[in-house]
Amino acid sequence: MTNKDVKSVTGITVRLAGDSGDGMQLLGTQLTNTSALAGNDVATFPDFPAEIRAPRGTRAGVSGFQVQFAKEEIFTPGDTLDALVVMNPAALVTNIGDLRKGGILIANEDGFTEKDFKLAKVDANPLEATVINDSYRLFRVNMTDLTRKAVSEHGLSPKVADRCKNFFAMGLVYWLFGRSLDPTLRFIEAKFGKKPDVAAANEAALRAGWAYGETTEAFGESYQVEAAELEPGTYRNIMGNQALAWGLVAASKLSNKELFYGTYPITPASDILHELTKHKNFGVRTFQAEDEIAAVCATIGAAFGGTMAVTASSGPGIALKAEAMGLGMMLELPMVVINVQRGGPSTGLPTKTEQSDLLQSMFGRNGESPLPIVAPRSPGDCFDMAIEAWRIAVECMVPVMILSDGYIANGSEPWKLPEPNELSEIKIEHPEAGEPDEPFLPYLRDENLSRPWAIPGTEGLMHRVGGLEKQHETGNVSYDPANHQLMVQTRANKVANIAQRIPEQDVVGETSGDLLVVSWGGTYGACLTAVRRCQEAGHRVSHAHIRYLNPLPRNIGDLLKSFDRVLVPELNTGQLRMLLRSEYLVDCIGFNKVQGKPFSVSELIEAIEKHLPSAVPA
Amino acid sequence: MTLPILKAADFASDQDVRWCPGCGDYSILAQMKKVLPDLGVPREKTVFISGIGCSSRFPYYMNTYGMHSIHGRAPTFATGLKATRPDLMVWVITGDGDALSIGGNHFIHVLRRNVDLNIVLFNNRIYGLTKGQYSPTTSEGQVTKSTPMGSIDHPLSPLSVALAAEATFVARSIDAHVKHLGMVLKRAAEHKGTSLVEVYQNCNVFNDGAMAYAQERKQRAENVVELEHGKPLVFGKDSEKGIRLVGNHLQVVERSEVPDDDLLIHDEKDPNPSIQMMLARMRYPEMPEPIGVLRDVQNIATYDDQINDQVTQARQARGEGDLQALFTSGDTWVVD
Ligand SMILES: Cc1ncc(C[n+]2csc(CCOP(=O)(O)OP(=O)(O)O)c2C)c(N)n1
Ligand code: SF4
Repeated sequence: MTNKDVKSVTGITVRLAGDSGDGMQLLGTQLTNTSALAGNDVATFPDFPAEIRAPRGTRAGVSGFQVQFAKEEIFTPGDTLDALVVMNPAALVTNIGDLRKGGILIANEDGFTEKDFKLAKVDANPLEATVINDSYRLFRVNMTDLTRKAVSEHGLSPKVADRCKNFFAMGLVYWLFGRSLDPTLRFIEAKFGKKPDVAAANEAALRAGWAYGETTEAFGESYQVEAAELEPGTYRNIMGNQALAWGLVAASKLSNKELFYGTYPITPASDILHELTKHKNFGVRTFQAEDEIAAVCATIGAAFGGTMAVTASSGPGIALKAEAMGLGMMLELPMVVINVQRGGPSTGLPTKTEQSDLLQSMFGRNGESPLPIVAPRSPGDCFDMAIEAWRIAVECMVPVMILSDGYIANGSEPWKLPEPNELSEIKIEHPEAGEPDEPFLPYLRDENLSRPWAIPGTEGLMHRVGGLEKQHETGNVSYDPANHQLMVQTRANKVANIAQRIPEQDVVGETSGDLLVVSWGGTYGACLTAVRRCQEAGHRVSHAHIRYLNPLPRNIGDLLKSFDRVLVPELNTGQLRMLLRSEYLVDCIGFNKVQGKPFSVSELIEAIEKHLPSAVPA
Repeated sequence: MTLPILKAADFASDQDVRWCPGCGDYSILAQMKKVLPDLGVPREKTVFISGIGCSSRFPYYMNTYGMHSIHGRAPTFATGLKATRPDLMVWVITGDGDALSIGGNHFIHVLRRNVDLNIVLFNNRIYGLTKGQYSPTTSEGQVTKSTPMGSIDHPLSPLSVALAAEATFVARSIDAHVKHLGMVLKRAAEHKGTSLVEVYQNCNVFNDGAMAYAQERKQRAENVVELEHGKPLVFGKDSEKGIRLVGNHLQVVERSEVPDDDLLIHDEKDPNPSIQMMLARMRYPEMPEPIGVLRDVQNIATYDDQINDQVTQARQARGEGDLQALFTSGDTWVVD
C-alpha cells in the first residue's frame, strides 16, 4: 500500500509532547491501543502537569505520552526515544534530551512562532539550531495549517478545527509506524458520533496526516514492528487502575459478594472510581464521600454489614484514613484499602510517581497496628493483586492494603484475558443463627487466628464491636493488662502467619551469586530489564521482585543472605531497604531516586555494575 | 410466624452500665429500651453505631448489633452499613462534641443525603469523657476547664444546622421528660429518611444544671414550648402564653391580650423550613425553647433506596454482570 521503503525494526520508543491542551494523552492512548491490537508488546508512560490547563506554551504546561511497542516482550516504556513528536518549542526543549542521536524529530512548525519562543523562554527558533539539525532527523510539518485545510469543508470554527491537529499528528505517526487507522476510526465514531461534524473533521485530519506521510517527499521510509511472540491467548490493552477495578469486581464475583466502594476523589486514584461506577450491574455500589475519613468509615460500616468493602486514595487521603484503618484492624473486619501512591510529602507531586508510602502503610497508625500489604508490579498485575488482597482479607478478617503507584495506575500493557471459570473461588462463611441460650463469642479464633464474621440480621449472634481493647474471645471491653498484651500479640501473629500461606519469593536468575536486586511495585519492569541485560553480559546478578510486603515471603531472609550484596532500588529514600535491614540484619545497599520519575533501565544497569565484584576496588 | 413479644429488658446487654450516677444518659437508655419493643423490629435487625464520648458507650449496653467507632464519624459508618443493608434499622448515638465539632462535616452530609437512619444527639453542652472542656454548644461566657475566662465561641444549634442541611426529620427532647422522649424517639424511628433527635442531657459532673431551665419540671413550663403538629404554640404553667409571627419575627404574647387565632400554628410538614428555622433559633432566656418534632417531611428519596435502585436498574438494563463479557468488552486480539 505504500510506495516507500518499509524498514523492519524490533521495537520503537516514541514520545508525543505538546501543550496540555493539545490532546497528547489521547494521541498516546490511541497509538498504544492500535499497537497492542497489531500484536506488539506495549508499555506506556503518560506524564502530565498537575494543572488542568497549565499556562499555554510554557515548559510547565508540557504534557507527554511515551510508548514503546515491540516485537519482543518488554517491561518498560523505554529509556531513549527513537522518535519524538513536538507541538511547540516548550515541548521540544523539555524532551529533546531523551531523543537518541539520529532519532526522528517531528515538529509542528506552526507551533514555532515568536510568541511561542517567548512562552517557552527560548531566544531563537530551536528548529534552526545546528545541533538539532545535525543530531536528529528533523521533519518540520505545518500541522495546524494542514489540519485547517483538511477539515475546511466541515464548517468548524478555527478554534475547533485547530483542535483536530492531534489527529493529524496521529495520522502521520500511524503512517510512519505502519499502524492501521481502523481502531482510531472506530474510536472517533464512538466518541464523537453524536457530533457528526466533529467526527468527520477528526477523521479527515487523521487521514490527512496519514496521506501527508505517504505522499510528501520528506519521509523516505516508514517502519514496521512485527507482532510480539506472546503466550497464546486473547489479549487486550489494560491500564493499572482499570485492572484494579476489574480485579475488585472479579473478587466480588468469586466470593459471591456485592461490592461497596467508598472513596473521595484524588489523583491518581480517581480512575478506579470512574471505572467501578460503570459496573453497577455487578452489584457495585460506589459512594463518593465528603472526605477520605467518611469514605473509609463507610467502608468499615459496609464490611460490618457483610459486604465486600473497598476504599482507595493516594498518600494524603491515606493519611486521613489512618485512624479508621486502626479501628478496622481492631474490629477485625475484612476490607481492602488501596493506596495509589504519588510524589509526597503532603500534596507533593500529584501527577508524578513515587514509592514513598511504604513506611506509612507499615506504621502509619497509632498503636500496634500491623496490616497485610501487597503491591502489584505492573498494570495487568493489579487485577491479580486485587483478588489476592480480598482473599487475604477474608481469610484473616483484616483490612489489607494494596500499594499501587501513579506509574502503574496510568501505564498500560497487553493483558491476557483470564478464563473466568479458572479463577479460584473465595470462600466466605458467615456463622449461622446461634442458639438462644449459648453465648456468642465474636472473638473466638480459628486456625488462622481469625474471628467469625457474624453479620447483623443473624439471630442469636448479637454482639458489639469497637475500638476499645477487647477481651479475648468475648470481645467485651477490657482494660486487663495481660489481656491487652495477648490481643496485641494475637493480632500481630495473625498477620505474621500469612507468610506461611503466601508463595515463597521467586527469583529471576540463580538463587545465589554476587548481587541480588530486590524491588517492589512499579519499578519491576525497569529492574527486571536491567538485571536481564546484566545477566546477558555474564554477571552473576539475580532479581527478586516482592509483591507481598507484609508479611514478607518466608524465604526472603535466606535469599538475601545467599548473595554477596543486595541492591534495593526504590523511588524513595530507602524504605524497603530499612525494613529488610532491620528484619534480616542484611546490609542492603540502596539505589534511590525521588524525582517524580520512574527508573530508566540504563541508570539501573549503571547502579548494578557499580556493585559487581569487578568494579569493587581491591 | 408471629414475632415473639419483647420487653425492654430483652434489649439490655449483659454489660454493666458505667456512666456516673445521676447522668442523664441513663434515662435515654431506659427510654430507648422501652420504645424498641413497640417498633416490631427484631433485635438482630437493629444496629447502634456511636462515635466517642460518654454517650457513645451506649451500644455496649444494648442487646442488638453495635459498633463503637471513632470520634465524630458514626454517621459515616452508618451510611456505609445502611447503603448496603437497607433491611436493618440503624441508630446513630452521638454527643454534642462528637457530632458538631470533629464530626460536623459528616453530620451535615448524612442529613443532606437523607440516609434512612436515626441520629440521637445527646447534648450536655460539654465534653464529658475528656472531663469538662467546652463544646460547640456551650453557652458564651461559660467557664469550663478550657475556658477559665469564659467561652468566647458562639454556640451552635444542632437543630439549625440540621434544618440548613434540609434534614427531613428534626426534633428535640429532654432526658428528664421521659414520656416526651419516648414519643419523640418513636416518631424518629417511624420516619423514613434521616431523623435527628437532639436530647438535652444533664452531665451532672461537669455541667450540672446547664439546662435545668428545661429539665426541671418546675421551670420547664415557663421555658419550654411543646410543639404539636396543627396546634398553636402555647406554654406557661397554665398555658397562659403563646407565640405569634409578626413580620418575620416570633413574639411571645399573653393569651389574655391576643386572640388565639393570632397564634402560630405549628406545621411540621411544611416543606419550606423557614418557620421551623425560626423555632430552632428560639433560645432561653430570651425565648422559650421548642421541644417535640420541628419538622417531619415524608416522601423525600433516601440515599439507601436510591443507591440500591441504581443497581437494580443497571441489572434490568444490562443484565447481571458477566466477567467474560467485561473482559472482552472493547478491542481485543488473539495470539495463536
Ligand atoms: C480523634 C480523637 N480526638 C479526640 C478524642 C478525645 N475525645 C473523646 S470524647 C471527646 C469529646 C466528647 O464530647 P461529647 O461528644 O460532647 O460527648 P460526651 O462525653 O459529653 O457524651 C473527645 C474530645 C478522641 N477520642 N479521638
Ligand atoms: S461525665 Fe457527664 S456525661 Fe459523662 S457519664 Fe459522667 S455525668 Fe454522664
